[in-house]
Amino acid sequence: MSMTVLTVDDSRTMREMLRLALTEAGYRVVQAEDGLHGLEVLAAEAPTVIVTDINMPRMDGFGFIEEVRSDPQYRGVPILVLTTESDAEKKNRARMAGATGWIVKPFNPVKLVDAIRRVAA
Amino acid sequence: MDPLAAIRETFFQECEEQLAELENGLLAMEAGDTDPETINAVFRAVHSIKGGAGAFSLEALVRFAHVFETALDEMRSGRLAPTNEVLKTLLRAADVLADHVRAAHDGSAVDEAHTAELAEELKALDPNGATAGEESEGEEDWGDFEFKPMSVDVPAAPAGPSGWRVSFKPRADLYAKANEAALLLRELGRLGQTTVELDASGLPALTELDPEAAYLAWTVTVTGDADETSIREVFEFVDGDCELEVSPLAAVAAEGEASATPVEDPGETLDIGALLARVQAVAEPPSPQQVPPAAPAPAAVATPADPSSPPDGQGQPRKPEAGATIRVDLERVDRLIDLVGELVINQAMLSQRVMEAGFARASGVAMGLDELEQLTREIQDSVMAIRAQPVKSVFQRMPRLVREVAAMTGKPVRLVTEGEGTEVDKTVIERLADPLTHMIRNAIDHGLESPEKRAAAGKPAEGVVRLTAAHRSGRIVIEVADDGGGINRERVKSIAIEKGLVAPDAALSDEEIDNLIFMPGFSTASEVSDISGRGVGMDVVRRSIQALGGRITISSRPGKGSTFTMSLPLTLAVLDGMVVSVQGQTLVAPITAIVETLLPKAGDVHSLGGSARVIAIRDTYVPLIDVGMALGYRAGPLDATQGVALLIEGEGGARAALLVDAIQGQRQVVIKSLEANYRQVPGVAAATILGDGRVALILDIDTIVAVSRGADSLRAEKRLAATG
Repeated sequence: MSMTVLTVDDSRTMREMLRLALTEAGYRVVQAEDGLHGLEVLAAEAPTVIVTDINMPRMDGFGFIEEVRSDPQYRGVPILVLTTESDAEKKNRARMAGATGWIVKPFNPVKLVDAIRRVAA
Repeated sequence: MDPLAAIRETFFQECEEQLAELENGLLAMEAGDTDPETINAVFRAVHSIKGGAGAFSLEALVRFAHVFETALDEMRSGRLAPTNEVLKTLLRAADVLADHVRAAHDGSAVDEAHTAELAEELKALDPNGATAGEESEGEEDWGDFEFKPMSVDVPAAPAGPSGWRVSFKPRADLYAKANEAALLLRELGRLGQTTVELDASGLPALTELDPEAAYLAWTVTVTGDADETSIREVFEFVDGDCELEVSPLAAVAAEGEASATPVEDPGETLDIGALLARVQAVAEPPSPQQVPPAAPAPAAVATPADPSSPPDGQGQPRKPEAGATIRVDLERVDRLIDLVGELVINQAMLSQRVMEAGFARASGVAMGLDELEQLTREIQDSVMAIRAQPVKSVFQRMPRLVREVAAMTGKPVRLVTEGEGTEVDKTVIERLADPLTHMIRNAIDHGLESPEKRAAAGKPAEGVVRLTAAHRSGRIVIEVADDGGGINRERVKSIAIEKGLVAPDAALSDEEIDNLIFMPGFSTASEVSDISGRGVGMDVVRRSIQALGGRITISSRPGKGSTFTMSLPLTLAVLDGMVVSVQGQTLVAPITAIVETLLPKAGDVHSLGGSARVIAIRDTYVPLIDVGMALGYRAGPLDATQGVALLIEGEGGARAALLVDAIQGQRQVVIKSLEANYRQVPGVAAATILGDGRVALILDIDTIVAVSRGADSLRAEKRLAATG
């Protein structure tokens, strides 16, 4: 059984990119369009790793990470945030919320898979 | 298609949606919307475009999006007030962003100077100049996409015994963020030969052990040619959540032999594993994941480097992405529509054969056929609905047009749109764009008065152009209305007389004068202004609407404005028709054009000499057109009392009566293009196949009326109306 990665991003383009990169690397991919949707998919799919965007409607990445970490069941699930190099403040906020690591945009499939390997067995 | 190319298409599609979102949001803010979610959505739109553009290395797009995003971020955080001036700049920036998206899509050129100008304006919005400098640095970061992985300025490893000694002591925070010491050790193992030494001295007595605390530390020796940067990169995610020391092996060796690479007794390591396993059982933690330092440690010691094991097997998602839409090639949909059209025709033919075979209406066969007919109709409706799209896609292009024309004419204009969700066939939408563009240009250029004139007339300086869509009795009705001065009838009439379109002594109603603007030749190049003209007159607009089976009318009130109303069919594939006979031929008249049908009485029909006749309907006279003669089926006129008259309303509200031999019934018919299968025939819009398998022509009512009326009939009608 391959590892399941949950990706949370409101951009269809990014979702398709993530799906392509992750399935090519052999992961099973489940997707959500914002934080609230992410929580639903999380409960249904029990992913091994979560990759989430920050700027999203309804519930943003920070809120999503806090929600995930507040549930004892998911405290150990690694969460990677998609962020930009220049935005140190967002990276720090995400870490404070409980993010495990980050993937620097612009999106690069090699960096993505690399980051996932670093946080998940 | 190459998956990346497909994603690229998705990106451009999404860009269009986000550009629309952006524009709508900014317009809403301009109209006084202060909901924070609006500015958030606006920000996200630009942010998403930038993100996707970055992934596809669309540098110019990223650069502009970045400057734009920065200004929006200032506004989002409340440092920049959304004044009208600022919003106007942002709207123009949205237009430039749209240009960049399209340029990136189709490779067209963008106006670099204009981009630079807007970028400067956006930067100037930044309330404090200091940030502006930082931002432009950030911009450069963004422009630089290629990996520059090892560019950090760390001194290279000193020569000598190449290798590193890494001391690593996690804090509890590291585990709380779901980082895993074992995985970090494994990553180190990828960089070279490693020896791992565990320091378990911090481990308390079992009874005092807190399962969520961090007690263990490791010292790892990495030999090989890894540099310090790549070693520190392994710990990038846990920076601040652990104590970390990286020192070159040579330096360590110099400190003293004693501390160099001592190897811990493996037996003790195993003991700790077993110990922790027991602790787990005693402490009963809510989840085993919360005791991170447990089992993995020995594993990491044992295996130096075997990490490149991404999960195997093609991960086929069990649950596809929750989406309510699929994308289908338009050709497939059209093929389906064609087939359903054939099905409808076949079903009609079958019904007719069964009736001819003498089955009773109550027979099982007839009832089964009725059900089939109903099902066929439902399938047809459902298939047509697939092609239906909201008019939003074409309405969305108009705000920009309005801004541009407003800027060119110096008239402040507000565009109000309604009914954007109204759905109509995709082809209709596509062919609406040009006429709508022209009409909106006209409305601003000719319809709205100058701000001074408006002020003199006691109107607000800002003119309003209203664009609305609605479904009305099986058609879509689109209106373009302005609150300008209305049609200048005297001027229109004098132009029409000057151009010989009407006789100088013609007595025309207001409505008729207004409709003169649709006449071919009314608008000529000489008076076409830069803006509304582009060499196209309202007659071209009318023709393109007619080509879609639609009608356009105008109503105007002096001082109050003009309204253009277009009524269009919802689909171009089927038509509700009145099936009639003319001289042994079967013809179809579109029901939407028919106002009423009547049996002419001898006293109602008057000859005007020649073949021209009029018929009195209640208290007005309308031209009576003999369809048989108009289409050349017969040489002489039909005795009106022997036929049926269809009172029809052509464009401009002008009425006429079509004389046919008999009515056969009403039927929905599948339209088959005559041009595609034969050639264009004046007076015939298209063809269809009837239940008996014969081809029937569908009448082009407006052309028949126009051809038959000639120039004189209008005046003749008026004269009779005056005497009658």
